[in-house]
Amino acid sequence: MSSLPELLIVLAVVAGLVLFISAPLRRLSPPPEESADVAELEAAREAKYRELRDAELDHRTGKLSDEDYAELDTALRAEAIEILRGIDRATIERQ
Amino acid sequence: MALVGRALLILALIVALYGIGASVFGARTGRREWIDSGRRAVYALAGLATLAFAILEDAFFRSDFSYNVVAQHSSTTTPTFYKLAAAWSSQEGSLLLWVFLLSVWSSLILFLTRRKVREIAPYATAVLLGFGAFFTSLAVFFANPFATSATPPAEGAGLDPLLLHPSMMIHPPMLYSGYTLLTIPFAFAVGALITGRLGAEWISVTRRFALAAWLFLGIGILLGARWSYTELGWGGYWAWDPVENAALMPWLCITAFIHSIMIQEKRGMLKVWNASLVLGAGTLSILGTFLVRSGILNSIHAFGASTLGVPFVTLIGAMVIGSIALIVWRREQLRSDARLESLWSREAVFLFQNMVLVAMVLVVFWITFFPLISEALTGTKVSVGPPAFRPFIVPLALMLVLLSGIGPIIAWRRVTLANLRRGFALPVAAGLVTLIVLVLVPGGPSSRPFALIMFGLAGFVLAGVVQELWRGVSARRAITHDAVPLALVGLIRRNRRRYGGYIVHAGLAVLLVGVAASSSFQHSQDVLLSPGQKAHVDGYTIRYVRPVESVSDQKIAFGAVLNVSKGGKHVTTVTTTRNFYPSQDPNDGLVGKFFDSANSDSEVGLDAGLRRDIWTVINVQTAPLAGLINQGNNVFAKYAPQVMTQAATMPPARAQQAMNALWTERDVAVAEIAHRFVTHPWKTEFLLIVDPLVTWIWLGALIIGGGGLIALWPVPSLARRRAAAPKTARPSGPPPVPVREPA
Repeated sequence: MSSLPELLIVLAVVAGLVLFISAPLRRLSPPPEESADVAELEAAREAKYRELRDAELDHRTGKLSDEDYAELDTALRAEAIEILRGIDRATIERQ
Repeated sequence: MALVGRALLILALIVALYGIGASVFGARTGRREWIDSGRRAVYALAGLATLAFAILEDAFFRSDFSYNVVAQHSSTTTPTFYKLAAAWSSQEGSLLLWVFLLSVWSSLILFLTRRKVREIAPYATAVLLGFGAFFTSLAVFFANPFATSATPPAEGAGLDPLLLHPSMMIHPPMLYSGYTLLTIPFAFAVGALITGRLGAEWISVTRRFALAAWLFLGIGILLGARWSYTELGWGGYWAWDPVENAALMPWLCITAFIHSIMIQEKRGMLKVWNASLVLGAGTLSILGTFLVRSGILNSIHAFGASTLGVPFVTLIGAMVIGSIALIVWRREQLRSDARLESLWSREAVFLFQNMVLVAMVLVVFWITFFPLISEALTGTKVSVGPPAFRPFIVPLALMLVLLSGIGPIIAWRRVTLANLRRGFALPVAAGLVTLIVLVLVPGGPSSRPFALIMFGLAGFVLAGVVQELWRGVSARRAITHDAVPLALVGLIRRNRRRYGGYIVHAGLAVLLVGVAASSSFQHSQDVLLSPGQKAHVDGYTIRYVRPVESVSDQKIAFGAVLNVSKGGKHVTTVTTTRNFYPSQDPNDGLVGKFFDSANSDSEVGLDAGLRRDIWTVINVQTAPLAGLINQGNNVFAKYAPQVMTQAATMPPARAQQAMNALWTERDVAVAEIAHRFVTHPWKTEFLLIVDPLVTWIWLGALIIGGGGLIALWPVPSLARRRAAAPKTARPSGPPPVPVREPA
């Protein structure tokens, strides 16, 4: 008889699980989502920004000469702008 | 509650299997609701595993011996602190801990990425739930932590005395956190390979988890080393034991990944390498878990032979074959976007460092598994020990330290000769000065060339890190005009990955100086001493002053007070003990059970310092007490049944009184016998060690941990930007790239 409360607990857990896991399936309309292409480009943008900041710090701490830094910075900014354009293109296509 | 616990595990298995199906179905059909439902299955698994683990912990806390696992691994006399840790000292409990940690970390990553990596996440969810289902099924079908006995014993067998150590409360959860965290980059790498989304996104969302895995696994390894040093009584901290190596291999692999991932982020290079590293680290983490459980290799850490070998080998085989198949399938998309521009660049140094780390993994793997390989080929299991590792690991470690010093000094992409000269002048000078001073010091370390080179390289690394910090601070001060401490804090806060990494490199140099010094210049002596006698170790005189003894409910402790002096001056006094815990073996007898050396452990007498540790341990043999113990066994073997028979005819209260009187008499006899160690001391064995710079290992570990935490912490400005960013689409046209900011 002592197993009856335990059985009730298990049944309550099962009911809770079913309600919790099936909630998205009972949803009328799924939430809007961001394009995977945009998300990937945004991650690339963040990485490029980090690279720009790193190059700048390398220059300020004397690891990169003025000429090397100017060349590298220009190249990185061009790459960053290319990524930003890609994000725009992907966003417009999606809209 | 055992029934509830068992039911929760079965439900966890069903939920995990459902979640795999829902996630894969959602990913294949693009139906968001099924993907969300699959993600919720991970949260549900975490909830179920947490409840099940709480029920098991409660059983240990209450000493409920109707649970077989509690009866076998705890007792009423086990301190409460260790009762809670006893849950993961068992095969069954540790499997449940694995599921619990895996499900919690999986829930965290899936919650944080619920609006990111849309295509990859469902497959990653399925892989993570696959691991969850695997470990839950082991707990359900092979090692059930909720198995009960209809006739529970009155007392449990107790926890293995070797595990009665504070770090045992933290060491296994740290290691398991490391192992389970490693499955997260593994799962997302699999998802990225399946979907072909191999850009920067999956790396950016899992990088922090890879770093967390590295940190937790590192803490676990170091706590294990500390436990070995202070508890195992052999005088060392690393024995190249298979289970130690099983944790080291994925740690080395993920260390390589954390570095090479930066090259992929910045340059789009090394994609095959990174995918291989992360898949390899994930597989090695399961291999490590398997080694602890299978008993296929001899180790003091292992749970012993078990029936879990076949399921684990199947899983590892599937992981290896699946990983190779995915990489081959996606080889075209994994081609590098760029080429290495110069061998004198940070990416080239990272590449060499990766090669060294992977070479270390291969060496450790080969030598660890050599006994099995030799048995398979020749039928003879060849045993290998630490000397087999040293010829390979020592030069590789030297190269690693050298590269960890070069990395912070040079820039990404390319450097000019003038910049190289400017960057290397001070660190190289510091390394050379360290070498020359050590060579010139009389009685210095010049007799051990490898150690000497390590000290010189450490000087190079530390000077390089200090130089980089100073240059960064100067650059920041030129703009902000802050005071030096403020500028330093600001610099590190704004560049946590970079400077956290540099601090880790400095910590590694400090740690390896400790390893090189303590392994090259250790002095040890195994001696037999009577009270009043002395031994001499490395200029120290160690005198056995007097024996000490104590008897409690939990143990009998035989110890020695040792006086340490040098040149006639008192240095320190240390006490070392050998603790004997009551055994559950009926063959030991009612008195002998308290003197069973199989149930004993050591307490080291340690005087630790920055320059050297004085480490002592006593090894008490109870043979001189054998006569008295046998006599006591015989008396109580005759007397106890008589008392029990009489007690059976008495009312319960009186029966209890009679039994209590019997045990009190037995305890008095035991205490009398134990006291002979003080009244009639005999020659006792001691291991006495003077070991230089061991403390540097723990200091280095603390520095590495601090650096790791700094690198792991989110960048505040970025976090704020994210929080403040509007959810609506940007106006047309690219936003400006970042303007230059203070360093």
